[in-house]
Amino acid sequence: MLKKTLLLGLAAGLAFAGAAMAQDPVKIVYIGKNTGNPYFDSITGGFEDACKAKGCEFEFVAPATAEATSQIPFIEAQIQRGVNVIGIAPNSPDALNQVLDDARAKGILVLTVNGDLTGNESHRDATILPVNFDIVGRDQVEMVGSLIGYEGEIAILSATTEAPDQNKWIVGMNETLKTDPKYAKMNLVATVYGDDQPEKSTTEMEALLSNYPNLKGVIAPTTVGIAAAAQVVQSRGIADKVQVTGLGLPSEMRDFVKDGTVKAFQLWSPYNEGWLAVHFALGVLDGSIKNEVGSTFEVPNLGTITINANNSINTQAELTTFTAENIDDFNF
Amino acid sequence: MSTLETPAPTSGHDAAPARPRWQVVLVRPETMTLILLILGIFAGGLLSPFFLDISYILRSFTLYSEFAMVALVLTMVIIAGEIDLSPAANMALSACIFAWLQQAGVPIPAAVAVGLASGLAMGALNAFMVIGLQLPSIIVTIGTLTLYRGLAQVIAGDKSIRVPEWFIGIDKIMVAGIPLPVVLFVVVALVLGIVLGGTIFGRQIYQVGTSEVAARHAGIRAARIKLVLFLLVGLVAATAGIMTASRLGSVRYDLGLGGELQMVLMAMLGGTYIFGGRGTILGTFLAAWLLVIVSTGMIVANVLPAVQLVVLGALLIVSIIATNFIYSRTQR
Repeated sequence: MLKKTLLLGLAAGLAFAGAAMAQDPVKIVYIGKNTGNPYFDSITGGFEDACKAKGCEFEFVAPATAEATSQIPFIEAQIQRGVNVIGIAPNSPDALNQVLDDARAKGILVLTVNGDLTGNESHRDATILPVNFDIVGRDQVEMVGSLIGYEGEIAILSATTEAPDQNKWIVGMNETLKTDPKYAKMNLVATVYGDDQPEKSTTEMEALLSNYPNLKGVIAPTTVGIAAAAQVVQSRGIADKVQVTGLGLPSEMRDFVKDGTVKAFQLWSPYNEGWLAVHFALGVLDGSIKNEVGSTFEVPNLGTITINANNSINTQAELTTFTAENIDDFNF
Repeated sequence: MSTLETPAPTSGHDAAPARPRWQVVLVRPETMTLILLILGIFAGGLLSPFFLDISYILRSFTLYSEFAMVALVLTMVIIAGEIDLSPAANMALSACIFAWLQQAGVPIPAAVAVGLASGLAMGALNAFMVIGLQLPSIIVTIGTLTLYRGLAQVIAGDKSIRVPEWFIGIDKIMVAGIPLPVVLFVVVALVLGIVLGGTIFGRQIYQVGTSEVAARHAGIRAARIKLVLFLLVGLVAATAGIMTASRLGSVRYDLGLGGELQMVLMAMLGGTYIFGGRGTILGTFLAAWLLVIVSTGMIVANVLPAVQLVVLGALLIVSIIATNFIYSRTQR
């Protein structure tokens, strides 16, 4: 095995370089779902600004595609780089369990940020979510209901069939529609998946419109989906017939809101997730924050934050609703 | 490793003067793969101080070892003049069948046996359509790729199926400090290398791939050879699928998604000629390491995924051009 001897020789030569870097400032990395997703720019911005303020090193990495296992080599690489904190938006609720356990065994603080390992919470240290995800489904149903007068056919345009967050919200939407008499006259006719790809989302939206001519409202709880749906409604000029709402980025939705294609949509501040993650991680590492359910800590600009059940931390209490009146106040 | 080096079948067939011995040994596609591999190791070391760590590289190899094992068998299929694009889907379906059975209470050994048998059956279906019905293997296996993946989704749905705790972690089992999947890969490579390079069966595979008609006239049972190869791909793919299940701790229908391209990439990088008749196990063996070294080196250096794709694409093109150039300039 010539190759191995070669490797060992080189490894020995470079061992010094590795050792010399061990005592540097806290190294934080955030692993996104995939590249080319503008949503993560905003989260990353929060990480960067907080690290600038607090004096830590930050890097963002992400695989090219959002498959279940595509993040594994990236986690392995960060373990190898000796980072102190791994923040991750997991692509799978369980395929990462083993490698995240490896990271934690090496003393790395593992935080899921903007997405969680639902059902496998023991494989990360804490999760940072923008709002309590249990209420997102309910709030989205209320949003579309208020837009269509609580009556008529609605549909859901989601991300991929496996996306854990979206699926959780869809369950919440279905429960709310079934159990709350306020929404008894609203009829969910279809749930379709645009895979968070603009082309597929557009195709699915057009199929919805032709299959359900009486459709009154569409909930797209994903930034790619809502933009694609709004584009279809705008180009067909049917904004008075079909109400598009859901979760979107103000920067991408601004034009649709200004020209009346979309009346209102919701989201939170992704920026604050990164901002909070850094403050929390540094606090846990230096011992000033106890990562225990019920303990509280202060974060500049966000106030007092409480650690909820399952070590879940929220940056805000409720979804922010964006309309023509307030959309110019947000720049992410 | 030198046992894998098949003594090149030199001249003898015609009156052309024999090439000098150094040319026979050195001017071959595997040499290029080896040179690229060495360059890759140096480049990786220059890119990141964390790269040249043998245990990290071995750990990273386990992430690719399942695909690499299948790629070894696929090399023989390609040499025989056929192709099989379904093994990654086969991995998913075998693993789903295995996981579903063990969840339903079937003892693990029996579930593994049924999983392996289903892999064989999938190979047999491919063989039946290619050999029995005389359909082109590329079309057949694109079809079965979709079929097997679809069946896996029928069995597992969108949920993941857990495997028992004791079954998890094949990649954590060390044999003389080397993870078990890597050891298995090396063993499979040695066995197949000897079969292909040192047995009559192996020579017949080359002859079938060079000219099936001529081979049949020479009394070689081409159909039987291809049947054996398709069955072997099926069996090894099923083994790889169950190994992946053990590594990840859970099984989903999207296990190994897109793996067929990685397998073909390994075979091509190793100098296997896509039209059959040429190629070696050694080449694919080296190419698997090359792929891991290059991908891992870039990931641990936080190289942008877009750049990673460009580098991998460029590597493939270089290797195809070099392979064709070498084969066109030399007699076999």
